[in-house]
Amino acid sequence: MTVRVGVITFPGSLDDGDARRAIQIAGAEPVALWHGSHDLEGVDALVLPGGFSYGDYLRAGAIAALAPIMAEVKDAANRGMPVLGICNGFQMLVEAHLLPGGLIRNAHQQFIRRDQRLRVENNDTAWTSDFASGQEIVIPLKNADGGYVAAESELDRLEGEGLVTLRYLGVNPNGSLRDIAGITNERGNVFGLMPHPEHAVEPGFGPATPRAMRSGVDGLPFFTSAVAAVVGAAA
Amino acid sequence: MPTIVVDVMPKAELLDPQGKAVAGALTRLGVTGFGDVRIGKRFELTVEGDVTDETLAAARRIADDVLSNSVIEDVVGIEVVE
Repeated sequence: MTVRVGVITFPGSLDDGDARRAIQIAGAEPVALWHGSHDLEGVDALVLPGGFSYGDYLRAGAIAALAPIMAEVKDAANRGMPVLGICNGFQMLVEAHLLPGGLIRNAHQQFIRRDQRLRVENNDTAWTSDFASGQEIVIPLKNADGGYVAAESELDRLEGEGLVTLRYLGVNPNGSLRDIAGITNERGNVFGLMPHPEHAVEPGFGPATPRAMRSGVDGLPFFTSAVAAVVGAAA
Repeated sequence: MPTIVVDVMPKAELLDPQGKAVAGALTRLGVTGFGDVRIGKRFELTVEGDVTDETLAAARRIADDVLSNSVIEDVVGIEVVE
């Protein structure tokens, strides 16, 4: 079967093109979706891409979380469709209450871009099953509002239920509580992360590795995991 | 026309990097006596017609649901100014 993965473009989205490319490289068919419509066009999975939707004027991701198509995204997520939010997309998922917590300005008050080491804490989600549990990876990170915060009790719950999916290693680049880089929901289908897997899916464009410059492709398993999840659910 | 003013502040227990940056600048300028600076947002909602109980209730609702994110911010004031 051909797995169709929708990427929603909002005004101010920047990484929608890279996300569609990553989906194609992962062996699925990317489908461009529009924030102002109410049509998911029958896709099997969804990606909310990075960028600065609606200028991030109210709060990062807040106005995008109220966009027309988000009603359909919430329904699909609650039915179990794999939904990935990358960076600004992660901010939309928390503002839409599909994931808990919030994202605030980086503690050092600056935009940051770096190749970030991470640990995959939970490989039992629709977007991380192609990793080993505890696997260390490197993918690019670039954001201004990447500080993950939640109430202590909420953080304890996330840790206790294994919903912390990705954690920063080496450096905490933005002051996220408990070094949290990505979280999933209880069902494991909705996943949000601040770093950018779609920028590390083919040799020549990803982070440097000991082997060669720009050869890192640690972002690709996120997308192949979702393809496998859709195929597995259909079987 | 009457205006409803909604004030939103980052939660007290959260780091406010913007406020911290301004506080640091004040120190560099030699301004003393201000221990902390925190930066919030002020929304001015212009009301068409009179402010009724319903208008105020709607303002309170959007202050909580849209204008602020209760995970990271508090609505610290809603007042009507003429």
